[in-house]
Amino acid sequence: MLELFVYGIVLGSIIALGAIGLTLVYGILRFANFAHGDLMTAGAYVSLFLVSSLFPLIGIPREPLGPFSFGWRMVAAFPVTMAAVSGIAILLDRLIYRRLRQKGSSAVILAISALGASFIVRMMVLILWGGDYRSFFPGVLRPAMELPFGVKIRPDQVLIIGVAALLMVSLYLFLRYTKTGKAMRATADNMELARISGIRTERIVLWTWAIGGALAAAGGVLYGIDVQIHPGMGWNFLLPLFAAAILGGIGKVHGALIGGLVIGVLQQLSTAWLLPTYKPAVAFIGMIIILLVRPQGIFGGETGGT
Amino acid sequence: MELEGLLAYLVSLAIMASIYAVFCLGLNIQWGYTGLFNIGIAGFFCLGAYTSALITTSMPRGVYAHYVRQLFGLGLPFPFGLIGAALICGLVAFLIGIPTLRLREDYLAIATIGIAETFRLVFNNEGWLANGPRGLMGLPQPLQGVMPSEYYNYFYLAVVFCVMWAVYLAIERAIRSPWGRVLKAIREDEISAAMSGKDVFLFKMQSLVLGSMIMGIGGALYAHYTRAISPDVFTPLYGTFIIWVMLMAGGSGNNRGAILGAFLIWGIWTGTKFLTDLLPYTMKARAPYIRFLIVGILLELILIYRPQGILGEEKRVSRFLEEG
Repeated sequence: MLELFVYGIVLGSIIALGAIGLTLVYGILRFANFAHGDLMTAGAYVSLFLVSSLFPLIGIPREPLGPFSFGWRMVAAFPVTMAAVSGIAILLDRLIYRRLRQKGSSAVILAISALGASFIVRMMVLILWGGDYRSFFPGVLRPAMELPFGVKIRPDQVLIIGVAALLMVSLYLFLRYTKTGKAMRATADNMELARISGIRTERIVLWTWAIGGALAAAGGVLYGIDVQIHPGMGWNFLLPLFAAAILGGIGKVHGALIGGLVIGVLQQLSTAWLLPTYKPAVAFIGMIIILLVRPQGIFGGETGGT
Repeated sequence: MELEGLLAYLVSLAIMASIYAVFCLGLNIQWGYTGLFNIGIAGFFCLGAYTSALITTSMPRGVYAHYVRQLFGLGLPFPFGLIGAALICGLVAFLIGIPTLRLREDYLAIATIGIAETFRLVFNNEGWLANGPRGLMGLPQPLQGVMPSEYYNYFYLAVVFCVMWAVYLAIERAIRSPWGRVLKAIREDEISAAMSGKDVFLFKMQSLVLGSMIMGIGGALYAHYTRAISPDVFTPLYGTFIIWVMLMAGGSGNNRGAILGAFLIWGIWTGTKFLTDLLPYTMKARAPYIRFLIVGILLELILIYRPQGILGEEKRVSRFLEEG
């Protein structure tokens, strides 16, 4: 049980990375971005391209670093992937969402277009890489370490928690202390008021997509390091992401973090009784319970979703 | 000979388009008239198909019992399958409406995705329920054996078309009633509808349940057409996404638009198959993805350049009002 709990924290940090981006987009642009899971998929596959095709060409060595399953190739690929997926998210905004915003389309129309965008991204991945399960470094053995109380954990998994925590602390500092971060929070509170105060909201929108895309990419790559990647992974993440964002209160960044960890632990603990394939369903049931008991989420305000 | 082959092809195309038209009509009640955001159509598709399959097949006997497991098999005639599918889907829609319909519209969307994924997982993993991933085969068809089998599809097309027409007439009638006008009022402005003394939650619930029942009927029609169902059929792509594209293309809030969209998009979808057949052999395996990519791009283009669809919504809401 303790072991499952620890694995739940690993999965939960990955979910939290996605859910934070989802909740930021929701808070600032006010629509449910159904393409967010597929940004994670995009991140995983951009990394796959880098570590298995591009970096071998330019001669970055394959050797694993220390106890980890990956080497310099992945270290180099990680920031490049985050930047690339930021670019993809901004591109989608430019091509689709911004046009709809300017036409004054409703939030639901934006959400439908996001559903369309999610299929477009996934189909691109399928066309380029096919539908198989893939590993970043096939054949690399990853011995587990023994922790107290008989908990076995791989060095990779410790690193996943560390990287996720680092990214979240950086985001917190960014939102709290930088000018852009403050402007983002102001825009999330009230876009009209922010615009009147001289905040260039379209720039804030770009920042939102850049951060959301980068965090989603990080989540996707970390998931690939932990398990394997496949084109449907982002879609499978969609329910946990929304469950985490709703649990924490839509638009609340720290809420999405806590929500992600709770949903991750819940999903892993459920495998003690249920088949692992039921994980998305577990997230779904958790979400329904939240909606029934406290629809505004743990950290949400009085008014709830409306 | 050539002509006969072409005709048979067109008939099968028309059957599938009509089945999809039933789904579009169901979605049109929910989205087109009430503004309910259901993106888990695949869930009701799946549930309707399986319910009807279990109602109309008999329990496997003898040697088949070793290969096919199912929860029950009532062996009832086809119409009972349709009714049962509608009832079960209505019940599930009711249950999903309770926690979500008082909240923002996105919550219903997320919950319906959850329903769709959960049903697919359950039917895939619980072998005792309906034979797990292998699914059910040899579903009975109405008047099977009475009709000569080479012309059976013509008859089934007539059946599907009649059901579609009945659903169309019923919705047209309902939407032009005071009840239909309340739905539209809720879609346009929930608060003023509530201020006029309408129970918004109740009307939304009725719309959600009615639309989902129609989707259940669509699922049943599909099951008895292909005669074989398995969980991997009811993916978000075939089960939800393409139906949304159909309704948006034809014009949401317009029942004729819903039917037109179904035929048009199904035509384009099958048409792109000829296109991808021209691809080099190595790309063949990935051809379906290219076709879906085209449909996805088509949706974005519709949303950006013609959000009202081809026909757009009819403004006339009552036959007592002046035309125009």
